[in-house]
Amino acid sequence: MNLSTTLTLPRAKARLGALLFALAIVLAPWLLGHAGGNAWVRTLDFALLYLMLALGLNIVVGYAGLLDMGFIAFYAVGAYLTALLASPHLTSQFAVLAAWFPQGLHVSVWLIVPLAALLAAGFGLLLGAPTLRLRGDYLAIVTLGFGEIIRIFMRNLDRPLNITNGPKGIASVDPVSLFGVNLARTQDLFGLRVPSVYLYYYLFAALALVIVFVCVRLEHSRIGRAWVAVREDEQAASAMGLDTKRLKLLAFAMGAAFGGVSGAMFASFQGFVSPESFSLNESIVVLAMVVLGGMGHIPGVILGCLLLAALPELLRASLGPLQQSLFGQVLVDPEIIRQLIYGLALILAMLYRPAGLWPASRGGQ
Amino acid sequence: MDTFIQQVLNGLLLGSLYALIALGYTMVYGILRIINFAHGDLLMVGALVGLSVLHGVQGAFPHCPGVLMLLVATLVAMAACALLAMLIERVAYRRLRNAPRLAPLISGIGVSLLLQTVAMLVWSRNPLMFAQLLPLDPIQVTPGPTGAITNATALTTIAVALLVMAGLWLLVEHTRLGRAMRAVAENPQVASLMGINPNRVIVLTFAIGGALAALAGIMMASNYGSANFYMGFLPGIKAFTAAVLGGIGNLRGAMLGGILLGLIEALGTGYLGQATGGVFGSNYQDVFAFVVLIAVLVLRPSGLLGERLASRA
Repeated sequence: MNLSTTLTLPRAKARLGALLFALAIVLAPWLLGHAGGNAWVRTLDFALLYLMLALGLNIVVGYAGLLDMGFIAFYAVGAYLTALLASPHLTSQFAVLAAWFPQGLHVSVWLIVPLAALLAAGFGLLLGAPTLRLRGDYLAIVTLGFGEIIRIFMRNLDRPLNITNGPKGIASVDPVSLFGVNLARTQDLFGLRVPSVYLYYYLFAALALVIVFVCVRLEHSRIGRAWVAVREDEQAASAMGLDTKRLKLLAFAMGAAFGGVSGAMFASFQGFVSPESFSLNESIVVLAMVVLGGMGHIPGVILGCLLLAALPELLRASLGPLQQSLFGQVLVDPEIIRQLIYGLALILAMLYRPAGLWPASRGGQ
Repeated sequence: MDTFIQQVLNGLLLGSLYALIALGYTMVYGILRIINFAHGDLLMVGALVGLSVLHGVQGAFPHCPGVLMLLVATLVAMAACALLAMLIERVAYRRLRNAPRLAPLISGIGVSLLLQTVAMLVWSRNPLMFAQLLPLDPIQVTPGPTGAITNATALTTIAVALLVMAGLWLLVEHTRLGRAMRAVAENPQVASLMGINPNRVIVLTFAIGGALAALAGIMMASNYGSANFYMGFLPGIKAFTAAVLGGIGNLRGAMLGGILLGLIEALGTGYLGQATGGVFGSNYQDVFAFVVLIAVLVLRPSGLLGERLASRA
């Protein structure tokens, strides 16, 4: 066979594939928005937020094999940090701060994102340090407890000092503003009217791409291979001279940092945070995305995210009217059907496809 | 002093419930080395089935004495949950006995989600009133207007829990089935060479755990007067904490751990509220269990009484 064709053909194909992929990412909101309206683009925005979370969790669960069931806590940390630094809440509660910042606290997104990543990573270390010696299933319960503790504190830290505003949550969080462009408003860019949800889509897509890139590079790095070694056999890994404690802590911190960034974006996008957004159910949703898609395999995780994030909307759009026309009323809330599907998906995935819908090829490792 | 006695009474009530649930976790863990994540939801199903049976009996025999109704409801709920636990074992865990450790845990999470959702469909998402058929009149334990009080429901709960635990202890230590359970926990292969059918033992273990959870669920609903689809989650996690506190796989450990955790929670919440003038009060009750869990796992990972079963290679 001619050597040059075997070399160039896949490369040309790969280039074409990359081009189509880029085109798909750029056009996605326009196509979706045209077909179904802005609500669908909003769903896509949330799917991307979930994707960032799931990629973070994938580092902890997929690469390092540490089952974290309280991952939403890091999302919460990022979201609350943003809400505190970019809303009138703190200055309205503390006169000292109001004197320092008469305009109110409006920290720039350029500062908030790294801060959220750092703070969440700090919390990741805080959780990781005492739990390093624990076996997998104990770890799951402790992380679950950690997630609940964070939520309980956020719900109750409105006394004695009102820091989190308790169950009422913090409202009017500043939207993201990049280079003077406020993403919360419809903008006229290059002669096009671009609605807010589209702008956020591009921001989130860019962030998700950065995270994907970091994850891919990590996966093929020394650290990534070390994580897999720890996951497969901790004792053997430590006998090979790997510092398993530091590796696990690193996994917790890295995963948490991505979770924190995602949380910061969530708070700015939503403009409002409250403890109810960070319940255990959310942790389970993110875990389901990673497990169903394929633990430790980035394309699988992306697939899992898109499937499970689109699912409730699809169900709402299809099942509600279907029931309406069949029985004359909505008998079963689509929300409940989504929950049923999540539960079944977790069980069936473990029974029949333990490595997920799109598993990593083991030979590559 | 009154506060102390009051909180000890509250703690004993909570603790005996935790202990009943913890036994289910510990028995399953002792034999299969898996955490049955759906165990807490069995409690919820037990309480809700009991509630429906109570309604049914009340409708059919309005003159039936309350205690008898409660007894019927309890027995039906226990049987239903025993069957449900067997079904869960068959569907979600049996195929995964030799799978990686995380697999049964994740499928257990799925089962838990499924049970909660189905319960939400059947019994609605709102809290339902659970008829309190045992007397609730306050019983004065220490005199005075601020004296400690309790009631017959709470005392019955504690007594029944202690009796059931004693019975379980006799079952495991002094019957053929108990010996078979211990043998399978020790080594299923060797046990099956000795003529024990490990699957039968495992299924029975799940059934006993389910029945105990249902009992705990009914007791909890009787004491608080309500039941809902989400009521199993927190007690489940706390009972797991209790099992770990006592040393998972260890029956006496689960009982001790349950009672201790109940006391810690009640006393801790009571005194924390008092010490901080009500600033950190009962809102933080749930934090205690998790802090205890983390502390135990860090300081003494095998629990107070130790894991009774040496780890299998």
